[in-house]
Amino acid sequence: MGSLHLPCVPTNPHSPFPTRYSPVQSMANVTLRNVRKTYPGGFEAIKGVDVDVGDGQFCVLVGPSGCGKSTLLRMVAGLETVTGGEIDIGGRIVNQVEPADRDIAMVFQNYALYPHMSVFNNMAYGLRNRGMKEAEVKTRVDEAARVLELTPMLERKPRQLSGGQRQRVAMGRAIVRQPKVFLFDEPLSNLDAKLRIAMRVEIRKLQRRLNTTSIYVTHDQLEAMTLADVLVVMNGGQVEQVGNPLAIYEKPATTFVASFIGAPPMNLMSTRADEIKSQLGGAGEAGILGIRPEDFVITDQTPAGGIALPLTVEAIERVGAETFVYGTRAQDEQRVAATPGELPPGEVIVRIPGSVAPPIGQKIRVAAVRAKLHLFSGDGRTRLGA
Amino acid sequence: MQKQAIFQSRLLPYALVAPQLAIVLIFFYWPALQAVIQSFLLQDAFGLSTTFVWFENYIDLFRDPSYFEAIVRTFFFSFAIAVSSLSFALLLAVMADKPLRGSMLYRTLLIWPYAVAPPVVGVLWIFMLHPSLGVLSRYLRGLGVDWNPLLDGDQAAALIILAAAWKQISYNFLFFLAGLQAIPKSVFEAAAIDGARPMRRFWTVTFPLLSPTIFFLLVVNIVYAFFDTFGIIDTMTRGGPGTSTVTLVYKVYSDGLLGGNLGSSAAQSVILMVMVIVLTGIQFRFVERKVTY
Repeated sequence: MGSLHLPCVPTNPHSPFPTRYSPVQSMANVTLRNVRKTYPGGFEAIKGVDVDVGDGQFCVLVGPSGCGKSTLLRMVAGLETVTGGEIDIGGRIVNQVEPADRDIAMVFQNYALYPHMSVFNNMAYGLRNRGMKEAEVKTRVDEAARVLELTPMLERKPRQLSGGQRQRVAMGRAIVRQPKVFLFDEPLSNLDAKLRIAMRVEIRKLQRRLNTTSIYVTHDQLEAMTLADVLVVMNGGQVEQVGNPLAIYEKPATTFVASFIGAPPMNLMSTRADEIKSQLGGAGEAGILGIRPEDFVITDQTPAGGIALPLTVEAIERVGAETFVYGTRAQDEQRVAATPGELPPGEVIVRIPGSVAPPIGQKIRVAAVRAKLHLFSGDGRTRLGA
Repeated sequence: MQKQAIFQSRLLPYALVAPQLAIVLIFFYWPALQAVIQSFLLQDAFGLSTTFVWFENYIDLFRDPSYFEAIVRTFFFSFAIAVSSLSFALLLAVMADKPLRGSMLYRTLLIWPYAVAPPVVGVLWIFMLHPSLGVLSRYLRGLGVDWNPLLDGDQAAALIILAAAWKQISYNFLFFLAGLQAIPKSVFEAAAIDGARPMRRFWTVTFPLLSPTIFFLLVVNIVYAFFDTFGIIDTMTRGGPGTSTVTLVYKVYSDGLLGGNLGSSAAQSVILMVMVIVLTGIQFRFVERKVTY
């Protein structure tokens, strides 16, 4: 995909330009207030979620599979009933509103294209259902096809398209409608790695250009970090943390967020281990200490207020620009609360730049400065200190 | 890639297909050949002498207005049975596809009638709709309908169509349900978000996506209505009253076995055989190519 030019993009809703090409329709905040979902069997999929997505913002819901992120998105779309709380789109409570009347468009993981319709008709379907004049339908679809470089394929059926092209048709079907809100349900997970990165950039550019409020669900933390204005980290039907992606990366609120956001995951260790306790002093009572692999340096010195750990090198992973050193701490100790991406007890990952690494079996010392230490309560649910 | 299986002996493959071939030859080709030969022969009234008459049996048939009537009637029955059973089965399948409690139970119940043999279907419906014994007949008369399929040809025809269509609903239902479940749910969800109301969603998404299934079932149902309704007709009306429920297949039976006109009966069955071949040809041609939307 090349450049994304829309001919006339008035960002002001009172623009004197004809509104035909105007992607900006109206203000559309999406606000979730204590939203809950309990299935008839008694299973609580969503346990009270509060999220506020401002007009034109790109919100990403991220979490491991089964955390309820897709369910939450489908509730916003109107495909799942809401059993508690309120969903507010553009100042209107939509709990009881049909999906068709919520002024939203959704891009599905499997694209959900109509297999019997041409690309043109796939995009035109939603417009025709709303009784739009055929000339207007054609203008809008042609414009979307031009933006998404689908013009030569308008007469083809979905089965004659590649995965990436289908994905773009699904995007086209959403943008022709010029809805208040775009909803994306893992739209890139069926694409290969290279295309996924390319489409990720395109989606972000397109969203910026159209300035349409968007909610995007993914389990890929890299996608989440790169796309989001507002990142919502979910786990077990609850929101763990909401905020700017970098702020979350720098100050994860719980050990779950700490290990989920960032790759490789943050090293978590119990502060009860003697070596750590002695170095942390009073703070040593906290419970769990987290240090990101990239915040370690291999050095013999101990920074003031920081921490130093003796390690035995167990494995080396060279990926070119950087190298991951897997080491075990001198003394083993109890496991830290189970979290995704958790390392075996006593194992520490250190990320060093370049490709020069100590040999396997060598004993090294790694250190991290005080500012890079993350302290959590013993259950991992609370962040301590700044 | 080599697909050919390798046998040690050259005879083994022949020996392996022999039982199947023997069955086909004895029970299909042999009687079929007999029918073709018989259709060129004419027996006298007492079955004492037989003459070779070339195509006289066929010529007589096409001059016989009752044969023409049977053709029209058979096509009408087939059409009525196929359309009513397909549309009702589709309605049931769309309903049963919804995620409701106990869906497994009523899906199973809806499939059961297929296990009932056609003559039994005939007997069941006769019990319900016999003019003097039938349970439902009384209610029909109570509603002011002069219900007597034993005397009224149109009512008898309706009865046959009803019973034959009822039996086929299960089969159609099964295919429709499978067809519906093969469509990803997200396609319907996308249509709902795209502003299509349930009826419009059905006609613009569900129906076109089921069209290959519908076409396949249409051919199967026509073949069924042509040939497999014999048992129902024989137990319910025996072709009567008059000839108002005599279809092509029933006419083969009544002319040959009841009327004793073996030459004409054989000619009729040869014509039917050609029809089956044509219908099967159509089915293979289109089903193999997978009719797509």
